[in-house]
Amino acid sequence: MSAPVKESRGQEMALTVAVAVVIVLLSLLPMLRLIKEIVAPGGTISDTAIRLGLASPATWTATVNTLVVGFGGTVLAVVLGTFVALLVTLTDIRGRSTLVLAYVMPLMIAPQVTALAWLQLFGPASPFLKMIGMAPPLGSRNPLYSTEGIILLLGVQYGPLVFLLVRAGLRKLPRELIEAARSGGAGWFTVLRTIVLPLMTPSIVAAAALAFVSCVGNFGIPAFLGIPANYLVLPTLIYQKLAGGGPAVLGEAAFLSVLIGVIAMAGILGQEVMSRRRDYRISSTSLPADPYELGKWRLPVEIGMWLFIVLILVLPLFGLLLTSLVPGYGIPLGWATATLDNYRFVLFEHAAARRSFFNSFALSIAAAAFAVLVAVPVGYLVAWGRHKWIRYVNLSIELPYALPGVVLAIAALLMFLRPIPFTGIQLYNTVWIILYAYLARFLVLALRPTVSGYHQIDRALEEAAQVAGAGLFTRLRTIVFPLVAPAALAGGLLIFMTALSELTVSALLWSSGSETIGVVMFSFEQGGDSSYAAAMSAITVSITFVLMLATNLLAPYLPNGVLPWRD
Amino acid sequence: MAGLTLSNVTKTFGDFDAVKDVSIDVRDGEFLAVLGPSGCGKTTLLRLVAGFERVSAGQIRIGGETVSDAGGSVPPEKRRVGIVFQNYALWPHMTVAENVGYSLKVAKVDKAEARRKVDEALALVDLTGLADRRPANLSGGQRQRVALARCLVAAPSLVLFDEPLANLDVHLRASMEDEFAAFHKRTGTTIVYITHDQSEAMALADRIAVMDHGRLAQLATPRELYSEPANEMVASFIAQGIVLPAEVLSAEEGGKARVEVMGQQVTVRCRPGDGPRANASICVRTPDLEIAGEGEPGIEGTVTRAVYKGGALRIDFAPAADPDRVISFEHPGHTGFEEGARLRLRIVSGWLIPGNGPEDGQHA
Repeated sequence: MSAPVKESRGQEMALTVAVAVVIVLLSLLPMLRLIKEIVAPGGTISDTAIRLGLASPATWTATVNTLVVGFGGTVLAVVLGTFVALLVTLTDIRGRSTLVLAYVMPLMIAPQVTALAWLQLFGPASPFLKMIGMAPPLGSRNPLYSTEGIILLLGVQYGPLVFLLVRAGLRKLPRELIEAARSGGAGWFTVLRTIVLPLMTPSIVAAAALAFVSCVGNFGIPAFLGIPANYLVLPTLIYQKLAGGGPAVLGEAAFLSVLIGVIAMAGILGQEVMSRRRDYRISSTSLPADPYELGKWRLPVEIGMWLFIVLILVLPLFGLLLTSLVPGYGIPLGWATATLDNYRFVLFEHAAARRSFFNSFALSIAAAAFAVLVAVPVGYLVAWGRHKWIRYVNLSIELPYALPGVVLAIAALLMFLRPIPFTGIQLYNTVWIILYAYLARFLVLALRPTVSGYHQIDRALEEAAQVAGAGLFTRLRTIVFPLVAPAALAGGLLIFMTALSELTVSALLWSSGSETIGVVMFSFEQGGDSSYAAAMSAITVSITFVLMLATNLLAPYLPNGVLPWRD
Repeated sequence: MAGLTLSNVTKTFGDFDAVKDVSIDVRDGEFLAVLGPSGCGKTTLLRLVAGFERVSAGQIRIGGETVSDAGGSVPPEKRRVGIVFQNYALWPHMTVAENVGYSLKVAKVDKAEARRKVDEALALVDLTGLADRRPANLSGGQRQRVALARCLVAAPSLVLFDEPLANLDVHLRASMEDEFAAFHKRTGTTIVYITHDQSEAMALADRIAVMDHGRLAQLATPRELYSEPANEMVASFIAQGIVLPAEVLSAEEGGKARVEVMGQQVTVRCRPGDGPRANASICVRTPDLEIAGEGEPGIEGTVTRAVYKGGALRIDFAPAADPDRVISFEHPGHTGFEEGARLRLRIVSGWLIPGNGPEDGQHA
């Protein structure tokens, strides 16, 4: 073999090996470790963990509760998301891009912030209800501390997820399919019932599966709404066990987290089965259908839509803001009493809160930067690689994100409870274990946009560089990276926003000194200091919002659909 | 069944006139082809008739009933217009029978009655036995026939075809052409057939409406379009006619007039009443051209290119008097003309393109 051939093969090999190492470390290893704990705790195969787990009544209650809120939240999310998608996509409603931005916003807000905001809106201490004189007496029970409350918030949180998928499906619906039905004598509602909705079944089913996985894996909402009512779902049960028993109960926690994983997988499998039942493939491409003219209903529908936005977005955030300005529990808010003390307290005075801002920022930036750097070479293999195993690469990177965060957190705990073999490095009880979990969990958020970025680039650009004599690494650095950089960076920003107020993973992995914003917010709320929690939430929401708008500046350089909130 | 009348129909998108002042009268049972290059407004015209677009000005009537004017528009589902789309637009989630029977189901026709009508329609397009198939499992031609049956079953007053053969391969295209002709004969339905393919339009249509930049360039029978184009656009578009500048020397007499073309005097066919004028033009086609023999009068020039086309040569000829006006024509045989050969070309006959008539506004 000649030297140049060796060199080119060598670079390709190096890239493949590097990607393989990343995947093994971040995806396969934690999953295998988790499974080992269930099947063979302590090294020998045994069914003790499974039997113990199944024997516990708490397991069954939490499983039933998880399924109830999972299905309830999914149904609500599907109904809301599909309805809004139909309205926004198929009618001549005005202000479409603003509506999309406003409706997708809850998806970018951390679930525990959503929970806090709604709690503050409806609780007896609600400054908003006090302002309009409708507050229930102090000491009365917040109606959101209930199954219905959890379902409602899950539906609000994940409705936008359904919306995005159904809207993408609707936009691909060729107008001829609708027009053929109309010229066949069908009015708009008949067309909707017999053509549009049946053809949207794959999108709706896929969206439902995704919403289901998100609902059963959600920690923030059942933690804020369920724990006070002693209504436990699997993620909160795991949290309570670990918080009470520490590493001793890890085996039990591992069983529970696998149980969530199985439930989530069942949802995904259910989707596969459903969508195989019929052929919904749309073969032709064409323009999207002309919008249905609402006529005299246009204004009422628009007003209704904006009232809905006010209800699910503006009012809760407004409630959050008001609470963050209240000097103490139950004190009515007015110009005289409003104060910024809560902000000062969490930013400058409270040591753990101050630390948490530093930790979360550092973690988010590190996770985002790492993901952007890794997404470019991995995306190169996934999008342009010709190997058969590429599919599995993509799948194994999706896995830590597709599975509920609790699963990954427990896996990380199991892996790093003892020092890393041969090196003696201890990650447990440090901020590094959280970083590891973030890297594993969020990598896919940067990979997805990067891959769609690759699909939009003419490969000839790279081939031209190759013909000009550039080796693989040179091409990646000088040609490929600059071309996909905007998409990868947008993915990085998504990671930053998601990681900044992340709670599910860090709630299980934090230790004194390595608190995250989410963790401190949660402990403030549990300790009854809602105003401090609200102040922290308000800060993260504003950062998220500013970043969303800033990211819009990247939009002209991005493939469609990378920024979910942009129409 | 019903006729279709378009009166001064205009459709504007922003400040772009997609269709401008088009008037067409389609007789009951007629097969009208709307022909034009892409972007000429023919698809917009179809969507206006179907009711998917609203007219900006003018009026559309189907069977004597006004369905579109500036004041309002009958929605597509109330027009009883059938459409055969270019991409068939079959619903992938329904069987062939469900696709065909859709309009009956919507109209709440009795089930047994609907089943009978669907079977009838499928038999008519030769698809009996495929009722329970899915569209995905059909060939292109079969899909097209399902689309035909689907619009047939509703007994529409009018059937619109939107470039139905554009997606099919050449062989299938010819057989589907025959099928459409048979379909028209059998059902006697009024048909408006949109296409950019002139041989398709010529083969099928009773009359052809040629469109250009949103306007109606000419509405005539295929023969008339070929032999008596109303303007330069139609003359050069149909069968790649050669348009040459000419001066009319004499008034029309017995359908003929004397004209001078490139220094040569020729007698050409013309419209009644045409008379002497300068800056006229004539349309000539290959049969109107001859290579002049020794000593015969003709247009001097050079062969700039000769391409063998199988059975005939395609010759590009540059007249000496006006070398930029290349005349391309076909010559039977396959030898005798090399690039650069001197040649004299004689125009035997031709058609004097009428002067600024009402249908010739923009080509003055």
